[in-house]
Amino acid sequence: MKGRSVPALSHLFLIVWALLTTLPLVWAVLSSFKSDNEILTDPWSLPSRLRWENWSRAWNDAHIGQYFLNSAIVVTGALTLTMLFGAMAAYVLARYPFRGHRVVYYLFVGGMMFPVFLALVPLFFVVRNLGLLGTLPGLTLVYAAYSLPFTVFFLTAFFRTLPTSVAEAAQVDGCGHFGLFFRVMLPMARPGLVGVGIFNFLFQWNQYVLPIVLMQGEGAERKWVLAQGLTALAVNEGYRGDFSGLFAGMTIAMLPVILGYLLFHRQVQSGLAAGQLR
Amino acid sequence: MRGKRLFIAVFLIPGLLLYALFVVSPYAQAFQISGTDWSGLSPSYEFIGLENFRRLVGDGYFWNALRHNGLLLVLLPVATILLGLFFASMISVGGRADRVGVHGVRGAGFYRVVYFFPQVLSVAIIGVLWKEMYAPHTGMINGLLRGVGLDGLAVAWLGDPRFAFWCVLTVLIWMNVGFYVVLFSAAMQSIPRDLYEAALLDGATRLTTLVRITVPLVWDTIQVAWVYLAIVAIDGFAIVQIITDGGPSSSSDVVGLRLYKTAFADGQFGYASAIGVAMFFLTLTVAAMFLRVTRRDRVEL
Repeated sequence: MKGRSVPALSHLFLIVWALLTTLPLVWAVLSSFKSDNEILTDPWSLPSRLRWENWSRAWNDAHIGQYFLNSAIVVTGALTLTMLFGAMAAYVLARYPFRGHRVVYYLFVGGMMFPVFLALVPLFFVVRNLGLLGTLPGLTLVYAAYSLPFTVFFLTAFFRTLPTSVAEAAQVDGCGHFGLFFRVMLPMARPGLVGVGIFNFLFQWNQYVLPIVLMQGEGAERKWVLAQGLTALAVNEGYRGDFSGLFAGMTIAMLPVILGYLLFHRQVQSGLAAGQLR
Repeated sequence: MRGKRLFIAVFLIPGLLLYALFVVSPYAQAFQISGTDWSGLSPSYEFIGLENFRRLVGDGYFWNALRHNGLLLVLLPVATILLGLFFASMISVGGRADRVGVHGVRGAGFYRVVYFFPQVLSVAIIGVLWKEMYAPHTGMINGLLRGVGLDGLAVAWLGDPRFAFWCVLTVLIWMNVGFYVVLFSAAMQSIPRDLYEAALLDGATRLTTLVRITVPLVWDTIQVAWVYLAIVAIDGFAIVQIITDGGPSSSSDVVGLRLYKTAFADGQFGYASAIGVAMFFLTLTVAAMFLRVTRRDRVEL
């Protein structure tokens, strides 16, 4: 039968899409080493030499380094808060039935159904009235808050699947509620925590609409996160004609995430897939 | 017993406080603000009832933006899911066929890893990258067109109202397909191989097996994909704002961008909140509609 031609044809189609996916990224990396003149004359030419000075110009003069640091600070803080508060709330909701626990659960989970745009205007004023507009702590708290619904939803389900026998044994041994959570349940929930942690990391690291709304006002440019700084760079460099600097900035923003993904691709894929199937 | 109550309170309250302050209260306030003429600068405002919504109904810019979201809502899920199913079936059943059934292609793992790249990149990076790719002189796309002698097709993609929207749609499809290839091919792994063997023995073509066997058995996953892509289509904000900023002459505007500009460029916070409320009901309606339309008897194995 025609069994032999099918695999070849499959590969042909699959390779075309693989190229469509990777070529733009490779193009950005290559362009980051070209001179502006090379970019202007032929978009498909290879760089004549590796111009790392483009990278240092993007890192220093275009403040990509500063934005990178800001992103790292905000996401580190927000991820810690999300995972800690999320796991604590989820644990109580999963294993300690109290009066009204259903209401609290649906309050948390209901947050997943609302488009973030609905909240933008009031959120701007809530943050402003707290004096947190254009500050890293403000953005950190907001990221953490908007990550809670999915975290609570996912981890509540996860804590419910853990066997009760271990918890009972620990309690017989005189383990208190706090000790039980931090010493027994959290270690047991590791796979779930890793999955939801990866999902939250990408959600927070790649956030766009929240920073552009909350990081405005006087002096906020110094506090911009990477996503925001990069788009501002794209607008500004267009006027100045520093194309190579823009590509270098893009590459700097892109490579760590791609490398991290290549290292942990299995965990990342299953973490994100779990995020979709809610 | 008191210890237990204290424990529950200590564990719930930090998360609840954070959530109530930054998520619940803004959502609740949005509905309230949508009934005012608040312009943000002055502390005083008047309740004007449904006036903002009356204005919304007569707002040509809003309808123009909504029309684009509507187009995305139809085209994005259809294109993404079809491409996703196509490539996923190539990966999981596109290999050779022999007596034990059909196989996946070799290097399936490689494709799954590579296809996922856009999913881990931020919308900001994707937006800026594609904006540069569409650039008239320095862009990769026109560079290719000129390279193969199609100079006439090398137009200013984002500067032309006829093309801007389709450029945005292309980017949205590009950035979403890979994820659904991975998701669908994972779902297809759980389909028993001998089903395909039996079908091929009966003389079914590959296309028939895709339509008659694969699709019904991954229907649940398709349904989830549909709802999620619909949410992406109702949003669309980041990519549009970065690539075209809604232009030229509002030819690629979307509702989220209308809201953002109405609030943070024009300072009409009351009216912007009304747009937000409209978006919320749109999301609800679409979710309910899709769940209804795509409901089908589940195939049990």
